[in-house]
Amino acid sequence: MSAAVAPPATPAPVGAAEALGARGAVAAIIAAARTRDRMRAVAVAGILVAVIGALSIAALALGAVALAPGEVVGALLESAEGGARFIVLQLRLPRLLLALLVGAALGLSGALLQAVVRNPLASPDVVGVTGGASAAAVLAIAAGATGAAVSGAALLGAAIAVAVVLLASGRGVAGARFIVVGIAVAFLAQGVLGYALSRASMQDAASAYYWLVGSVGSPSTSDLGVLGAVVAVGISFAVLARCPLGAQQLGDDTARSLGAHPVGIRVAAAAVSTVLAAAAVSVAGPLAFVAFVAGPIARRLRGAGPAALTAALVGAVLVLASDLVAQHLMPGALQPPAGLVTGAIGAPLLLWLLIRRSRLEAIA
Amino acid sequence: MLGASLLAIALLTAVAVSLAVGARATEPASVWLALIDPTALADPVDGLVVRELRVPRTVIGLLVGAALGSAGVVMQGITRNPVADPGLLGVTAGSSFAVVLGISVLGVTAPVGLAGFALLGALLTALGVGAIARAAGAGSTPALLVVAGFAVTAGLGTLTTLVLLGDPESLDRYRFWTVGSLTGRGLDAALALAPLVVAGALVALSLARALDALALGDDVARGLGFRLGPTRTASLVAIVLLAGTATALAGPLVFVGLIGAHAARAAVGGRHALLLPVAAVAGAGVVLAADVVGRLVAPPGELEVGIVIAALGAPLLIALARSRRAVAA
Repeated sequence: MSAAVAPPATPAPVGAAEALGARGAVAAIIAAARTRDRMRAVAVAGILVAVIGALSIAALALGAVALAPGEVVGALLESAEGGARFIVLQLRLPRLLLALLVGAALGLSGALLQAVVRNPLASPDVVGVTGGASAAAVLAIAAGATGAAVSGAALLGAAIAVAVVLLASGRGVAGARFIVVGIAVAFLAQGVLGYALSRASMQDAASAYYWLVGSVGSPSTSDLGVLGAVVAVGISFAVLARCPLGAQQLGDDTARSLGAHPVGIRVAAAAVSTVLAAAAVSVAGPLAFVAFVAGPIARRLRGAGPAALTAALVGAVLVLASDLVAQHLMPGALQPPAGLVTGAIGAPLLLWLLIRRSRLEAIA
Repeated sequence: MLGASLLAIALLTAVAVSLAVGARATEPASVWLALIDPTALADPVDGLVVRELRVPRTVIGLLVGAALGSAGVVMQGITRNPVADPGLLGVTAGSSFAVVLGISVLGVTAPVGLAGFALLGALLTALGVGAIARAAGAGSTPALLVVAGFAVTAGLGTLTTLVLLGDPESLDRYRFWTVGSLTGRGLDAALALAPLVVAGALVALSLARALDALALGDDVARGLGFRLGPTRTASLVAIVLLAGTATALAGPLVFVGLIGAHAARAAVGGRHALLLPVAAVAGAGVVLAADVVGRLVAPPGELEVGIVIAALGAPLLIALARSRRAVAA
């Protein structure tokens, strides 16, 4: 018996070694893929930061008084004479910072919501969150509120919108239902907005219309501080929740079996996304489609995953570039707000993504 | 037919209430007198209010609601999409952008000229949304068209705002109209544009049998002898005439077509020869009822009709999205 059993026993170590070897090979492949992914992340982040740097120098140098890049750097490093220093630090730097923060907030907000709903269409501007924020903010402005009260109203409006969308779309958030419910909420928000605008005085209405397009032209120090803090919280959340957000991409069931809590992470990410969107809207107005396009662009650059941090960088690039185009490349006396450029680019891009996605689905 | 009769009764009630109710309290008897013999009225202001204010907005409401209701049926039929609506798919937004452009850039003010712009805007947007649906091919789901319509509406809304920003005077005049309001135009404009609505309705009615066949699928319709190309072109003409004229009169209304078509479908089923007139009745009833509600809820001011309809239509769209049958997830 033992002799009969023994022969098969001898090849066993070989098999085990083979299995070990195979496991090692798999591990090596995974390790290589991880290294490649990390390299790609570093490369993408490096490129985006470089682009932001170049655009920032342009934003600080261009204007009614054009400065040479050297003068800009000099002014930043405290070695330039008074005039250039004043222009750069007092006039242009706040606007630049606001553009970067608003872009980062919107990009992060969109990527987080898209990640937890697993639908690239589920961005705060499509599903009515920014709409709710702007409707509530204009209502508050029409009622005579200013400053923090307007921001609070924007947050409340965004929270109501996201709560309605999440609750009304029920359990199956992944499908088209979430989006259609969101669009219904967006149209409802538009109705409320129309009400607020028609109640406002002529002056308020004109400034509200300007604000509604979305502009980074009027930064204040307190705005910058609040938005900076909110963006910092959003980035920390995206870093801390990196793993559950990644698991979420595989579907609720898989995520659960990996130890994540899909519903919990969805509510948490939706809340963070809402606060980010509301903060950006209350400071700069609803810059159309930045939140929507930043996510898909970031995922393309990174190859996969939620890519929330990359989306924040992409959002910053988008808003800064749009503001530069709006300030310097538009003809005519009226300087259009940056949101006009993002809307003009974002709407066609949204349509293109829609068509491409549905074609892929039709093939699949 | 019970449902259809109920809708008709509701419409008649809405017309009566729309004539009788408003910021100024008027006796039903004096409303009647104002309509038939204003010289016999004790208070001539009653006659003025009824004849100069309430009759025009009631007539405009009837026209606009009937036009958008039947446009909604044609759109839902030709796209086989239960959430199609001239407003949701961006057609009224395109129309209103063209009107604002006409007023602000070219200085057009005559109602007929503005209607021309409205029709052109509706035509271009309808062609654009149709091109998107075709480009999306087999994957073109109801949800996709709604998202595309939303993108079109949002993009055009930004452009409309830009045009108005450079022109404060138009901004003040059109911030009410861009919400959707029955008080922006006079009776003369309504009567001048009524033939366009009638023409659109006739084109739509002539399509009734083709739309019935299309409900069974493109292949069945082709097998039954309907040619798809001419049917699509004729529906485009009907939608543009109906939705464009409605927008020229009352601004970009969303959801009227959706509500009208679904109310009619619930009342009389899927035969388009019945569906079209009943949806016109339902659409007119909804617009007038929303207008009356808007007059009453915020005294002494009033809510524009578009705002009230958005509050009615958004829950309907949510309900349709929740029923899997309507919007396949």
